[in-house]
Amino acid sequence: MTAATLDGHVPARRLSALAGLRNSFTLTWRSVLKIRTNSEDLLGLSLQPIMFLLLFTYVFGGAIAHGSVTDYLQYVLPGILVQTVLFATLGTGLMLNQDISAGIFDRFRSLPIARWAPLAGAIMGDVVRYAISVAVTLGFGMVLGFRVTTSPLAALAACLLVLAFAMAMCWVSALIGMLVKSPQGVQTFGFTAMFPIVFASGLLVPIQTMPGWLQAFAKANPMTLLAAAVRGLMRGGPVAVYAGESMLWALGILVVFAPLAVRAYRRRT
Amino acid sequence: MTEAIRAEGLVKNFGSTKALAGTDFAAGTGTVLGLLGPNGAGKTTAVRILTTLLLPDGGHAQVGGYDVVTDAHRVRQLIGLTGQYASVDDGLTGTNNLIMIGRLLGLPRAAARTRAADLLNRFDLTDAASRPVKTYSGGMRRRLDLAASLVGRPSVLFLDEPTTGLDPQARSDVWDMIRLMVADGVTVLLTTQYLDEADQLADDIVVIDHGRVIATGTPDELKAKVGGQVLEVAPADPARLGDVTAVLAAWTGAEPVTDPAGRQVIAQVAGASILPSIVRQLDESGIELAEFSLRKSSLDEVFLTLTGHPAEDDHASQPIETTQPVTAGARKGAAR
Repeated sequence: MTAATLDGHVPARRLSALAGLRNSFTLTWRSVLKIRTNSEDLLGLSLQPIMFLLLFTYVFGGAIAHGSVTDYLQYVLPGILVQTVLFATLGTGLMLNQDISAGIFDRFRSLPIARWAPLAGAIMGDVVRYAISVAVTLGFGMVLGFRVTTSPLAALAACLLVLAFAMAMCWVSALIGMLVKSPQGVQTFGFTAMFPIVFASGLLVPIQTMPGWLQAFAKANPMTLLAAAVRGLMRGGPVAVYAGESMLWALGILVVFAPLAVRAYRRRT
Repeated sequence: MTEAIRAEGLVKNFGSTKALAGTDFAAGTGTVLGLLGPNGAGKTTAVRILTTLLLPDGGHAQVGGYDVVTDAHRVRQLIGLTGQYASVDDGLTGTNNLIMIGRLLGLPRAAARTRAADLLNRFDLTDAASRPVKTYSGGMRRRLDLAASLVGRPSVLFLDEPTTGLDPQARSDVWDMIRLMVADGVTVLLTTQYLDEADQLADDIVVIDHGRVIATGTPDELKAKVGGQVLEVAPADPARLGDVTAVLAAWTGAEPVTDPAGRQVIAQVAGASILPSIVRQLDESGIELAEFSLRKSSLDEVFLTLTGHPAEDDHASQPIETTQPVTAGARKGAAR
């Protein structure tokens, strides 16, 4: 003896892939709605790149670029663009973790929706957050005096490159979010892991002055490659090799961390 | 009568902790089953298995006739779940929380909106509909959580401690809402630590402790089993505890117990009519009293009677209350 729902329809055995995609879009809508209503998150997303730009340009600029603050800005903006989006990926793990501790994922998992939809929805929604960071960084940089010397199309390509990389990195953050007990833990782990990646790279300074062993690390650092590709696309210079290598990194990170995060998500109850 | 919920020999271990150790129970269609037990008894684990959130290590369970493991997707189409911690999204408004669930369940945009408005109205949340949930009171949040579990018109509803942490007014509001759902023909499984809540709402009660069923029956049957009221007598001189026990045993016919702090004797009594006789007998025996009080049975007594041990929380982080002077007024209704 099996039951029907109260309004009489007999439950289906499986969910179609199309329905799963629709579930993901609904949950993307939820994430985007939350960005709009959570003014603190939005403020943080915008203020952080503005602060970094101001601090690095005016505090370090004179010392690093032999007195020319404007020259340094041209160098550092692509770096700060990468750094900002990288930090923003932390939000992915943070929000997933909050959803789990608050019991929201339990509700999702008790609904007849695709198992992967909550994860996919959260990540698609976060791309909007990353895009906001990119827009604010680039916009404010231009106010300070950054100039794109190539073409608007190349600049757009640079932004898309950064977003693509962020979509790979956010799986690392998602994994941390699944493994760590509290949202505070996500921040502690996340920032500790990110500082060496951000600073031991060519994001903020040219790597030539670093000791040899550090140069080796910084040269291979995907952040260095990505920032170099963005510089090439926005200011001219070699692009193809850097863009190719950084996207290879992104692919590698995605292939390793996405399955790990999905597995951790399935296990965490 | 067909069964909406059936659990057979459910086993679940977390490391070396046995959360469920072969638990059996069933609920008939359209009835309310109360799972009663202290913290750590296995109630939430049972609900999580029945709602497909957790796989059992052993045994079987069916909801609406579908296996919760092999036919999980079908089970999910029949059920609604309100968890122990309100699982609504703080950052969204009440309306958007419900629209989101409606959309996830495949309702078209307009239908999801209508359904949300209906439910908000039914749960008395229309005024707060466009406010973010983080501004809601505990009771409002719980009502929204109940509304969220009803968006899909479930035929089986799981309520995991729906009133824990609510004040008496909010609690009785939630009870009223639950009665409305039952009137619609929904089968409800309710977990609770409160005997009176199970008494108010459930047709049948299953008492579980350490992952095992230790008693089943209607609320009246259980109350008859544990006695209606509890008499607590504290002699001024603790040396007379034994004499007090003898008197209570003689007059109540029950086996009185001494509380762990050794200050008073506790006995189940059927009613207040024998109290004068007990007082007279104590007086004649020359026992001076520090305290003499009668109150309703609490979950503590249910457990003491059914299991022979108090309803302690296995993972209690707080010291058990009886290390402090015990008075009738200071006792909590149930161990937390």
